[in-house]
Amino acid sequence: MNSAPLRIGFVPLLDMAPLAIAHELGFAQAEGLALELRPAPSWSSLRDMLLWGQVEAAHILAPLPVAMALGLGGAVARVDILQNLSMNGVVIGVSTALADALRAAGHGFGFDDAHRAAADLARVAPARLRIGVPFPFSTQAALVDYWLRHTPLSWDLCTIPPPRMAEALAAGEIDAFCVGEPWGSLAVETGAGALLLPSRAIWAAAPEKVLAARHDWVGDNPERTASLMRAVWRAGKWLCDRGNRQVASELLARPDYVNAPVDLLDRALRGEMVLSARGELRKVSGMIRFHEGAATFPWRSQAAWFASVLAARHGLDAAAAMASAKAICRTELYRRNLRGVGADLPGASEKLEGALEHPTAVASERGAMILPADRFFDGHIFDPEAH
Amino acid sequence: MKLHIVIVEPDETRARLVIDSLLPLGHQVTVIGEGAGLARRVREIAPDIVLIDMANPSRDTLEEMALAAGPMDRPVAFFVDRTDGDLTRQAIEAGVSAYVIDGLQPDRVAAVMDAAIARFQMFQRMRRELETTRRALEERKLIDRAKGIVMKARGVSEEEAYALMRKTAMDQGRKVADVAGAIVTAAGLLS
Repeated sequence: MNSAPLRIGFVPLLDMAPLAIAHELGFAQAEGLALELRPAPSWSSLRDMLLWGQVEAAHILAPLPVAMALGLGGAVARVDILQNLSMNGVVIGVSTALADALRAAGHGFGFDDAHRAAADLARVAPARLRIGVPFPFSTQAALVDYWLRHTPLSWDLCTIPPPRMAEALAAGEIDAFCVGEPWGSLAVETGAGALLLPSRAIWAAAPEKVLAARHDWVGDNPERTASLMRAVWRAGKWLCDRGNRQVASELLARPDYVNAPVDLLDRALRGEMVLSARGELRKVSGMIRFHEGAATFPWRSQAAWFASVLAARHGLDAAAAMASAKAICRTELYRRNLRGVGADLPGASEKLEGALEHPTAVASERGAMILPADRFFDGHIFDPEAH
Repeated sequence: MKLHIVIVEPDETRARLVIDSLLPLGHQVTVIGEGAGLARRVREIAPDIVLIDMANPSRDTLEEMALAAGPMDRPVAFFVDRTDGDLTRQAIEAGVSAYVIDGLQPDRVAAVMDAAIARFQMFQRMRRELETTRRALEERKLIDRAKGIVMKARGVSEEEAYALMRKTAMDQGRKVADVAGAIVTAAGLLS
């Protein structure tokens, strides 16, 4: 057996949890794997570390491997999506000045209505709203554009690494942000801003981070790939247990992982979000998921959705882009490697996105798969076969 | 033709060291420190090559700029697209990324990159040494605190306290610093 540590890159965020848990709670060890988790200061650095072999696998933004498959942004090697790491876990926040203006205009901070939030924002926002996102190829950038495209608002997306988001808001570099936890809650904690929406108010079941590896490495290392996938899947299942949340927050708070206060990490894990310094509390079910609702299945239709967004933004052929995106989702590896550990496997590898108003049982090998509501705020249904 | 090279580096000493390695090649070098106006400054200067530490979080700002380059901007290409793989690999291992203007001759880029890579390799060595020193200092402080706790709890001398901790560490196959850490944590919980 190859005993060299498997190097995995990550950006400090709550949703890297499955990797930290796989390492710290022995799920990797049980597979005979030693993991070496390497933090990256920015998404471009992590992408380069992955492409040039400084790490074997990475915790990466779901649309980033898709962008690489479309030849956007300096891709030099094919990167595959092995499985999803997390669903949702993202918040939209505004500066304290904008929050005050929203309140004055009667916005109630219900934290659940994307239409209302956009309409109220349009009444008080500056002529051009500067919105911080972690990377051009991110769920955050895609969701903000999707959310605001039919409003009178004008906006610019500004790339800011997640841990810096609160600081950038405080410094007036941006007016609003869309970022993964706990960095949105940090802005609340430091008094820089207030939370306006969870990302799931825009897309109720948005894939967020994926476990990605170079295509050639996966081909050369089928056993190590399988072991890694099993360890990470078990870690996600462990995270799904409410009783484990406290331990998870404590572990993730450490400087070598997320390096953030325990109680900030706790908020999204519990789905109890504090919106502003005034202390408004909102409960959000499914604020972040690591397991339930097939959260780890690398749905080809989700990659296709990102491809359609990127194709429109960069002027590419949509049908070709969607086909390229689907090809990097290794659903066959997911089925082969995770069947034995008890993962339920959906009958299909793609689905209509946005069609489920309520949690719905779907055909699966064990017959027990319940997909969460996944609607887009505007009721649009994305058909991955329609182009 | 002289190239105009921008170095994004908040630390003046480090920036100076990179400049010193590039000036002998006969190029013009400008330093931009940290800051919100990074993208604007780079656009104004319109350099041929931008060098940035991979560990610098502002790197994603350059990435965004490179992606967004419209027809009116100077085309900015990714270094990784344009030059040979070995050089790129060395650059990434040394912790430096370069953004290069489209159409620049590869051998001119290579000369600049060779010089920059050598410098950044030196920075990485320095960073590692600093980290080792810092860790040693922290362990030393931790051991001193644990010694104090043991001396007080057991009424023993400093030497005896240290000997006890060392014996425990050897028996358990752990480092003295780990044992010290456990003592300090436990004392904190029990006090």
